[in-house]
Amino acid sequence: MFSLISSFQMQFMLLFSRQGKLRLQKWYVPLSDKEKKKITRELVQTVLARKPKMCSFLEWRDLKIVYKRYASLYFCCAIEDQDNELITLEIIHRYVELLDKYFGSVCELDIIFNFEKAYFILDEFLLGGEAQETSKKNVLKAIEQADLLQESFDEQLHSVLTTVTDTL
Amino acid sequence: MPAVSKGDGMRGLAVFISDIRNCKSKEAEIKRINKELANIRSKFKGDKALDGYSKKKYVCKLLFIFLLGHDIDFGHMEAVNLLSSNKYTEKQIGYLFISVLVNSNSELIRLINNAIKNDLSSRNPTFMCLALHCIANVGSREMAEAFASEIPRILVAGDTMDSVKQSAALCLLRLYKTSPDLVLMGEWTSRVVHLLNDQHMGVVTAAISLITCLSQKNPDEFKTCVSLAVSRLSRIVSSASTDLQDYTYYFVPAPWLSCKLLRLLQCYPPPEDGAVKGRLVECLETILNKAQEPPKSKKVQHSNAKNAILFEAISLIIHYDSEPNLLVRACNQLGQFLQHRETNLRYLALESMCTLASSEFSHEAVKTHIETVINALKTERDVSVRQRAADLLYAMCDRSNAKQIVAEMLSYLETADYSIREEMVLKVAILAEKYAVDYSWYVDTILNLIRIAGDYVSEEVWYRVIQIVINRDDVQGYAAKTVFEALQAPACHENMVKVGGYILGEFGNLIAGDPRSSPLVQFNLLHSKFHLCSVPTRALLLSAYIKFINLFPETKATIQEVLRCDSQIRNSDVELQQRAVEYLKLSSIASTDVLATVLEEMPPFPERESSILAKLKKKKGPGAVSVTELEDSKREGGELNGGGDRGPDTAAMAASNASTPSPSADLLGIRSAAPVGAAPASAGSLLVDVFSEAGPIAPSAAVNDDGFLRFVCKNNGVLFENQLLQIGIKSEYRQNLGRMYLFYGNKTSVQFASFTTTVSCPGELQSHILSMHLCTKPVEPLVEGGAQIQQVLNIECLTDFSDAPLLNIKFRYGGALQNLTLKLPVTINKFFQPTEMTSSDFFQRWKQLSQPQQEAQKIFKANHSMDTEVLKAKLLGLGTALLDNVDPNPENYVCAGVIQTKGQQVGCLLRLEPNAQAQMYRLTLRCSKDSVSRRLCELLAEQF
Repeated sequence: MFSLISSFQMQFMLLFSRQGKLRLQKWYVPLSDKEKKKITRELVQTVLARKPKMCSFLEWRDLKIVYKRYASLYFCCAIEDQDNELITLEIIHRYVELLDKYFGSVCELDIIFNFEKAYFILDEFLLGGEAQETSKKNVLKAIEQADLLQESFDEQLHSVLTTVTDTL
Repeated sequence: MPAVSKGDGMRGLAVFISDIRNCKSKEAEIKRINKELANIRSKFKGDKALDGYSKKKYVCKLLFIFLLGHDIDFGHMEAVNLLSSNKYTEKQIGYLFISVLVNSNSELIRLINNAIKNDLSSRNPTFMCLALHCIANVGSREMAEAFASEIPRILVAGDTMDSVKQSAALCLLRLYKTSPDLVLMGEWTSRVVHLLNDQHMGVVTAAISLITCLSQKNPDEFKTCVSLAVSRLSRIVSSASTDLQDYTYYFVPAPWLSCKLLRLLQCYPPPEDGAVKGRLVECLETILNKAQEPPKSKKVQHSNAKNAILFEAISLIIHYDSEPNLLVRACNQLGQFLQHRETNLRYLALESMCTLASSEFSHEAVKTHIETVINALKTERDVSVRQRAADLLYAMCDRSNAKQIVAEMLSYLETADYSIREEMVLKVAILAEKYAVDYSWYVDTILNLIRIAGDYVSEEVWYRVIQIVINRDDVQGYAAKTVFEALQAPACHENMVKVGGYILGEFGNLIAGDPRSSPLVQFNLLHSKFHLCSVPTRALLLSAYIKFINLFPETKATIQEVLRCDSQIRNSDVELQQRAVEYLKLSSIASTDVLATVLEEMPPFPERESSILAKLKKKKGPGAVSVTELEDSKREGGELNGGGDRGPDTAAMAASNASTPSPSADLLGIRSAAPVGAAPASAGSLLVDVFSEAGPIAPSAAVNDDGFLRFVCKNNGVLFENQLLQIGIKSEYRQNLGRMYLFYGNKTSVQFASFTTTVSCPGELQSHILSMHLCTKPVEPLVEGGAQIQQVLNIECLTDFSDAPLLNIKFRYGGALQNLTLKLPVTINKFFQPTEMTSSDFFQRWKQLSQPQQEAQKIFKANHSMDTEVLKAKLLGLGTALLDNVDPNPENYVCAGVIQTKGQQVGCLLRLEPNAQAQMYRLTLRCSKDSVSRRLCELLAEQF
């Protein structure tokens, strides 16, 4: 009955604040910077205009948008027409749980100041728009191992020393 | 400052981010960023070599600036340098920068690929994962070229770590999507499929995405995955919620993997192996049963995960469309969700039921929920949910409930959101037409539609009601009466005036017997709206007035007076002025007979698909109208004689031109304003308007042009015949218009299925010669054994042309797909008007056309009888006038004619000199346009 073209491939994921500030963007399909900006602008506007009790799914262009708000942040994913909305909603939730566990009650500021970490965690969880590892333990293990892997004491020291020149 | 700073906190970065956050204005932010960019640039350019940490920090700052939305044009090289660092975090930041900022055509790609290559061969799993993530994130063709052969090896190698396998699987998937030609699974296929059996759930979860994608492209090679997927699914579904440890999500075992397994199975038909199928049906039943069990947790995540699996299972059940029991159970389950307190579930249930409605097994079960759905349409607070309810009502509509559904949709329209009104209007119009048993209901519905949502009623909708009224004489009187009443309203929508004007102009006589709607009353009513209308509507009303003069001679004086007044006859709008002048003149000089012929009632429109449906499809994309629905409408469309896309005004006038080739037909001059002419002229190509867009012609069928040349000098006959199919043609041409009837005869005793025909134009025609406007109605998809079906093509010649349009026919006979492409015998000579002239006129014209390129000449051997009568018949069939006593040599033949195209007229003179002894001819053509001379010469050289 259908012609299937995808297997849950997410097209992109955006995190933005209630004020419409983009906090994280992950694109799983090749698009020009201009197109990305246009999509972001349009979607942020559309999603922010929706009322709290409304349904978490909406049709947008030829895609489906699945979004959910956590505190001051909106998590918003675009999936294809045949994809599963509910499981995408739980992808968002699992990502929030991962951030929460990693940062310890994550807040918007954590994501602003440690944006690179937010990207690393996302890459361990989703790759190319597909779920790579859905076990919370395994994802966090991978991230924490990486954290432990390197930082030697003298680097930490170095970072303190260079603060002075940075702020000038 | 951040609450925590894990691992490698970069203080400088944190300070910079704080600064940006403290900026009070956009200008301040830009200033701060520019300062930082200058700083970083000087650091990168400085003599002092930067250490890895500083490089990492600056690259990270650049990344942050880029993510704020600013352009970054340097730093790439430093990022690439970080890749070869052996400190993990430096490498990581380098890869992140590249993933986000490097586009595929970057010159750095070679350096990047080198670094990736090193990491892939490092045997350090964390480095390998980073490299694989980068490939998956960038996914460029260059990367595919460099790594597509390496990654499958990593994926299936026995000593690869699980985490690396996971990344490798998804990395390969990304490369396959970018460059399928470079990813060759070949020898790896079976080992990749067997990853479905892997002990590590994460590996299965990642690998299944790859397998699903590969299965879609190569279903046969991967079909062993079906039984593996079923047994994996079965193990998950029957496991206790704690069995899968961390892969259990809120008491639901492996929801992501379950959904992916169910999705993979949707790439295949139901399993043939009875045992596998039995096991799968058991899984599906278990999933449906679990939906009825009390929830194990009150958390929304629990129910979402559970229902995600349930909806995916329902998709699979719908995909199989073969288990009535499961389909009905699915429908009942969705029925419960329709009243669920979670908005998300109501939305999804409505959406999923739409597809169930198109299955014959569950259509009736879906219909039982009609009251709930109507209620949703009325009470849901979220417009996107209401939209789904409207979609479902549309999908579940059939003859039994059409009146109720249309009534509900109409009443919803009064308060509907602006965003969905246009679509609702189209849907109501389609349902009303499709399920009309009596056409008075149809007319009422459409007029209501115009009354309620006039602004959203597109041209297609009001064209369509007129087409239907014209084609069905049983509804014309009713339509006239109803529009007359509707126009009584003090404020009525302009679309109503258009429909009213058109219908009263055609059928006002049917209600003129009633003194309350006498001719003058009708006219005054229409004219009272005139001044409030836009120019196109006024133009339409003027045409209605001239029609009145024909219908009711007693209105002639009144109407002439209206036409004669300055506001008409000197109107600043050219179109209105022209109509006023011409109609006035026509009504005063033409005899009653001529008037009656010119203003004859419109002939029925050719049958074709509803243009409204086409519009809805275009609006919603192909997915919006389910397959069965389309087929329905194709089947049922035939009952209603629909008209073309061009709108009644222009199409009808064109038709009347064609059917009444009297000199006064030109006088109407309305075609000049017709949008038809304008569109193709600007498009500059041959327009072919068939049921759907004319797709590319299937390459398998070679073009068969045997029949083509036999039709240069004749219009009727058999174009093609083989053992299965006979195609006959009847055609008629008048001026630059033509109509061709195609008859498809099934010579076998077996039904042809999926019978489709497509008319298209070969490239050259489209690229420079603009020639015809073809419109056709789709044929029925099924042709019974021994039956014949008919198709009509309307042809308009816009300028001269050389190529012929192609007719592609596809159908299934037995199991085999038949594919056939024929040249349609539409040649330029079909648009000839014969011209009689004297010998002296002929030679004078002949001399005028003396430029070398205007002449085309050919000397050729006779292929057919040189008998005089045969030759004369052929030359007459050509369409020209055969002139006697012109050529001094009585053996020679001379002909003259004018080719009528929309844009211009091309005069043509022809001389054919037979030489009976040599069995040769010399053919000479002189035309006012050189391309025509050449084309005619080519065509005719084959005829004698």
